[in-house]
Amino acid sequence: MMKTPFGHTVYAMGAEYPSAAALYEAAKRVRDAGFRRWDVYSPFPIHGMDEAMGLGKSWLSGWVLFGGVSGLLTAALVEFGPSWGLYRLDVHGKPWNFWTVPAFFPIMFELTVLFGAFASFFAWLGMNGLPRWYHPMFNWERFSRVTNDGFFLAIEARDPRFTETGVRELLEQTGGQHITIVHED
Amino acid sequence: MPKISESQAWWRGYQNETEGLRLYPGTCDKSCSDRPQRRGYRSGGACNIIMDAAPTATGPIKEAERRITRVPLVLNRRNFSWLTERISGVVEQPAPRWWWVAFTITASAATFGLFCIGYQISTGVGTWGNQIPVGWAWDITNFVFWIGIGHDLAPVPNNWAIWQNFRSALMWDVFAVSTYFTVSVLFWYTGLVPDLATLRDRATTKVRKFLFGVFACGWRGSNRNWRHYEMAYLLLAGLSTPLVLSVHSVVSFDFATTLVPTWHTTIFPPYFVAGAIFGGFAMVLTLLLPCRAMFKLQDVITPQHIDKMAKIILLTGSFVGYAYTMEFFLAWYSGNSYERFAFWNRVFGPYWWYWWFGMLFCNCLSPQLFWFRWCRYNILVVFFVAMCVNAGMWFERFIIIAGGLARDFLPSSWRIYHPTWVDIWTYIGTLGIFTSLFLLFVRFLPMIAMSEVKTAVPEADPHYTTPPGIQSVSPGGKERTR
Repeated sequence: MMKTPFGHTVYAMGAEYPSAAALYEAAKRVRDAGFRRWDVYSPFPIHGMDEAMGLGKSWLSGWVLFGGVSGLLTAALVEFGPSWGLYRLDVHGKPWNFWTVPAFFPIMFELTVLFGAFASFFAWLGMNGLPRWYHPMFNWERFSRVTNDGFFLAIEARDPRFTETGVRELLEQTGGQHITIVHED
Repeated sequence: MPKISESQAWWRGYQNETEGLRLYPGTCDKSCSDRPQRRGYRSGGACNIIMDAAPTATGPIKEAERRITRVPLVLNRRNFSWLTERISGVVEQPAPRWWWVAFTITASAATFGLFCIGYQISTGVGTWGNQIPVGWAWDITNFVFWIGIGHDLAPVPNNWAIWQNFRSALMWDVFAVSTYFTVSVLFWYTGLVPDLATLRDRATTKVRKFLFGVFACGWRGSNRNWRHYEMAYLLLAGLSTPLVLSVHSVVSFDFATTLVPTWHTTIFPPYFVAGAIFGGFAMVLTLLLPCRAMFKLQDVITPQHIDKMAKIILLTGSFVGYAYTMEFFLAWYSGNSYERFAFWNRVFGPYWWYWWFGMLFCNCLSPQLFWFRWCRYNILVVFFVAMCVNAGMWFERFIIIAGGLARDFLPSSWRIYHPTWVDIWTYIGTLGIFTSLFLLFVRFLPMIAMSEVKTAVPEADPHYTTPPGIQSVSPGGKERTR
């Protein structure tokens, strides 16, 4: 565990970039240098950044599929279960045999969408580890610009390739400004 | 040559460049050079290329380049921090006086509306003007009206505390409306999180820091987070889109599954969906246009956006007009005398003026103005049509609901519906609640998704290279080195 001369635990080394384009180019360099534990920070999603960072497609969609299917099955259960034996409801002389199935479609559709949307929302929070109100990056004063117009890149100290001089050199080469050590605490 | 400000120079150059695109005059001038506190803005960075390029645009390549020049989504080359300042400023600066005036009026209406709802619940539905055969009147009209605009919650119809009847259109309605509401809230909040983080990072008071901090969930703009965020947002958008169709189709089933003349028709689902998109866009314009002017957001909500919304209103308004026509044709073609009578009665019966004014003039004729470009680019015309559509869609729902009931099968039971003061004030109250909530939203939360608008700025493209002589515009006149 790396420590600063003042006894703070080192979280990462960060650099600020002047534009989205500069950050994108820097990300490609860091990816090619073989780092694993690093991230870029920007006020908006930058198109193509996932590839520049060497990240694949987000499989959040898998959770949404799971949510949608469970919604469909839940609807089928609460509708077919009673109607086909548990509790036959005789209203308006409507059928409860096979021909009643189309009357169940609206709720099957609605629950599919509802569960899919919940899955999407909670998978988004879960996969991102949010809510997480404290993060070492917030210790960096300049970092508050990230939600305005700042573009940042940070390579974490726990990355096996992390060395203070090597990372600083790489960040300098890629055009990073205000290169600094970010504390854990 | 008279001295003109840089922004005016840019604007003229821009107009020359995109000839034929007659954006309404004065948009830029009003938004960027008239007010003293904003004099310092270098608002016309783009004039360099455009003014220089115009005379040389003669060769075939230049000509092709000129043709594919798109109208920028954010005008006047506003940069990221300008967007942050301007949009967050709405929330952070003290409320303007007009806001307090407007809020006092809407909050009073809302309070009285809530009183009426309380009075109706404590006394009973006898306080409404509903009388058999008109068992559904303003209550359901308002329900459909607000559903058409956004969202609302319906009571759960329960078959005497036994297992729900999932084959009932009313039950479908409960599921459709509550799903619509829930998914809208999730979608809305997800989109809001990065902007709440912006407000958190700009907050100066402890209360703001705490509240925005809590609701921003610790968002830090990390790309590993954006990756999942974008997928979640895309899928939520995809899931919400069919919901718009389903919720209005299902609302229309409430009517279509009955036997009342003018209700019992298969055209209702697409007809209601088109009507809801039509009415929804009109309401969005009704709220957007005043906000855009009051909060000086002309560079973000551009004439191009309004033009596109006007086109949607024209399209869906024409759908609605076609559906009205088709209803009449089918009433005649069906040979059903009740159906024929009901439609004859719609035009010449006791509710004749609702039809002539609301359905014919407001819904069918007024959007046809949008065939003309100058109408789509004239804010007053757009606002007038939007108000017509708002009124027209309410009249349409009322005439469908009460018109069919008031003159049903047995002439001996015919009765005209008269709203009571409770009906009227409940309706005014719902308008008050809606506008009050909107005004509060505008004051406390960012009304435009900053992180999304920023992606529409040219510099957001990772392959963007700064053309020589261009500087983006920061607030306070500070130029950022690129």
